[in-house]
Parts: sequence; structure tokens; C-alpha cells
Amino acid sequence: MKHVKTLNKANLKKSAEKGGCGKCQASCQSACKTSCTVANQKCENLSK
Amino acid sequence: MIHKYKLNGYNIVLDVNSGAVHAVDELTYDLLDNVMPPFSPECPENVVKKLSRYYSAEDICSCYEEITQLYGEGLLFSEDDYEKFTKYAVASPVKAMCLLVSQDCNLRCEYCFASTGDFGLGRKLMDLETGKKAIDFLLEKSADRQNLEVDFFGGEPLMNFEVVKGITEYARSKEKEFGKNFRFTITTNGMLLDDAKIDYINKEMSNVVLSIDGRKEVNDRVRARVDGSGSYDRILPAYKKLVEKRGEKEYYVRGTFTKYNLDFADDVFHLYEQGFDQISVEPVVCDSKMPYAITERDLPKIFSEYERLAGKIIAGAKEGKRFNFFHFMLDLDQGPCAIKRLRGCGCGNEYVAVTPDGDIYPCHQFVGIEDWKMGNLNDDSFDESRKDYFAKAHIYSKKECKTCWARFYCSGGCNANNLIYAGDVHSAHKFSCEIEKKRLECAIMLKAVQSEENF
Repeated sequence: MKHVKTLNKANLKKSAEKGGCGKCQASCQSACKTSCTVANQKCENLSK
Repeated sequence: MIHKYKLNGYNIVLDVNSGAVHAVDELTYDLLDNVMPPFSPECPENVVKKLSRYYSAEDICSCYEEITQLYGEGLLFSEDDYEKFTKYAVASPVKAMCLLVSQDCNLRCEYCFASTGDFGLGRKLMDLETGKKAIDFLLEKSADRQNLEVDFFGGEPLMNFEVVKGITEYARSKEKEFGKNFRFTITTNGMLLDDAKIDYINKEMSNVVLSIDGRKEVNDRVRARVDGSGSYDRILPAYKKLVEKRGEKEYYVRGTFTKYNLDFADDVFHLYEQGFDQISVEPVVCDSKMPYAITERDLPKIFSEYERLAGKIIAGAKEGKRFNFFHFMLDLDQGPCAIKRLRGCGCGNEYVAVTPDGDIYPCHQFVGIEDWKMGNLNDDSFDESRKDYFAKAHIYSKKECKTCWARFYCSGGCNANNLIYAGDVHSAHKFSCEIEKKRLECAIMLKAVQSEENF
């Protein structure tokens, strides 16, 4: 494309199909303890 | 829904519901102010006419084609069709636990949300029996969850390190029998670190959080010992030694910024210059009346400081200086699934905190608020209905989140902040939201730079 550069695969919708397994980290258990960011975490479902 | 913004010379367009991120030219940026679905096959004449003062008609039409193509591919103006998944927002197994092994601390940090360590409940240490009961509770309540997280927290957990070791060894002894994988984290102020503790932590803890606020004068102003002297000179060499011996295992040096150091980018870089490459420096969370509190009036300065930090990170990366800043870390491709993103904070549902008395609270920030106590390990009480309550605190239960572009990144924010400062777990704490959105804009812009500059 000439005008737009897309930076990622944009798979949020697809991720919902097999999502919600609960293998991932509880959100506050890393460095924060006083705030919550989810998007910096990893999916840990290796079978997905 | 799209969110577009300009930062550091980049025009960024985020398609909120697909997660697509686009770097666009000026024409696309302007054209997106004038078009939206449903799209006609050709660019509307009035739009071409309006923009033809600045761009050629040919360019406008080719840009329009790209926009409609992206729309067709579900990468622009995509629909929010996730609300149906809120039916899964029900009580889940408990998989993470914050253990307040020491309700006491050897520092007197001015801003401590735990009332300098005792949470207003008196200074106490957890005994091993209570710790073992907590592990038994987690094994029972985690159902089929395999990965279990235990965070040794306080107060200062190194004040009770023999119990930390005892609990760790007890949990490890149960892993095989129960088919579980324990991941331990410890959060420490570093005052009692010695070689033996460093070696144990590096062996057993999958993550370690090392509290330090940055520059010596910044750290020592608020992170003081009981006698008022600073902690920097004691903790810095210990942290360096721990990190040097840690290898590739996860850690963070973790600071708090306050009104006293709104130039916190300098603290981040100070920590980098001391040899740390995993850094988190976060805004203080406290009553707005406190002298060190950051308030809405500070937001413009905080926003510009995050931009300055992002700029320094870019400049540094070009010179080969690379490190992770926790709140700028973002995985645009392999991040959590959309279901996870509906409800970020697991507090009171997947995550609980346990005190030395065996009291169970939704999380460490709720400790000491009697009305929110969920039960006690010693009488086997545990109010499961509270789990349902917290499980339903998702982005569609919060009116501010429903229309917010950042909802799939912060996932509704911190329940404790929402309750304490916005009055309800189903309300967003606006002040935290504003800071979070700025961090996300910087983080996404950094991705655009990385993509272009290949670092």
C-alpha cells in the first residue's frame, strides 16, 4: 500500500475463538502491583 | 471504532476491535476524519473537493481505495462483537496468590500503600503453618489450572526469609502429586539481601521485583530507613549483584514516581546506566491530598515526560542502548487473547492475598479493608460469591470502558484503584485511565519506530 503501513497481524478476533483457557499469568503478578496492563502479557496456551 | 493520533512524527491509526495498528501518511490521517462505513465504491465528491486544497484528486481516490480495502479485510472500522463472550465472565479457579509473609517492613517509605508495611493491622510475620495452609488452599481452589503463581510480598518478605524458603519447599514438594507448576515471585526493598538470599532467589523465583526509585536523591527522599537515612547506597550494590548472577531469568527494578520527581525519565535512565535492562517506574497511587500525590494538574507534565522517555528510548536504541520499560512493553501480535482482555485484573477471583493471620482478601491493595475480607484459612471460610462479583467486572460492565479505545489493552484497569478512587469496581478510575492511555500511545508509537528502524 502507498498510504498505509500495517504494523501487525491484527489477530484479536481470531484469538477469541480458542481463547479463555486461563493458562496465562494473573494480570497483576509481574511488576505492577498498583495498576493493570494486560496487553503486555503473553499468551501461554502452547497448543493454540 | 478507530483511534488516531500523532506522536513523534508518526501518524498512528489503531483499529480498536481487530487490534490492527497502522502507520499512515498525512492524507490518510485527514481522509479518515471525513469517511466512515458504509463506504461507497468511489470517494464521495464532497470529500475529494474538501481535501483537494491540500492533495491531488488522484491521491485522494487511491487512498480511499486503500481505506475501503482495509475495511473489507476487517482491519479498519471493524465491529465490536466480543460482548457475547462476557457469558464466560464467571467465577474461575484461584491460580495466583499474594502472600504477605511479612506484615512489617524495615523501611518507612513515605508513599507506602501498606501503611509502611503493616496495612494498618499491626506488625506481624507469617508462620510456616499458615504459609502451608495457603499453599493447600491454592492447590485445592486452582482446580485444573496448572500454572500457579505465588508472590512473596509484604511489608518486606526478606524479614521472614526462612518462612519464604519453607513455603517454597512445601509447594515444590506438592507439584508432582497435584500436577502443578509453581512460579514464585518475590518483591523486596533489598535491605536484607545477602549472597545466600540472592542465590536462593535466583534459583527458586521465576521473577524478582527489586524496589528502587531511581536517582539517589529521589530514592532516598521517600525510601528512607526507620532512622530517616536513605536506602540507595545499601540496595544498589545488592541489586547489581543479584542481577549479574541471575542470568536470563526475569526480574524488574521497580520504582515509583511522585510529584517530587515528575522528571522520572531521568530515573529510568539512571537505572539503565546502573546496568539494569528490565525497568518499571510507575505513578504513585495514593490519596490526592498527600504532598507527594500526583493529581490531574500534573497530567500535562506526566504526558510530556512519557513522550520524553519514549524519545530517549529511541535515541538510546539507535546507539545500541536497549532495555525494557514495563509500561511500554506491548506485543501487537502474540499478546493475550480477546477473552483475557475483557477482564484484566484477576483480583478476588483468580487472585487473592493472604495475611499472616490467614485472612483472605481480593488482593494486596484490599488488605485491611474489613468489609472486603473473603475468608480465613484457619476456619476454612471463603466467600465464593465475592468471586462472582469480581468476575463480572469486565469492560462491558464499565460505562467508561465501553467507548474507550484503550479497553483491549488495559482491560478495565485495577479493581482496587477503581473501588478506592472511583467508588466502584464497575467504574473506571479516570486519572489512571488518562495515564494508561498516554503510555499506550507511546508504546504503540515505539512499535512503529521499531518497524521502520528495525531495532
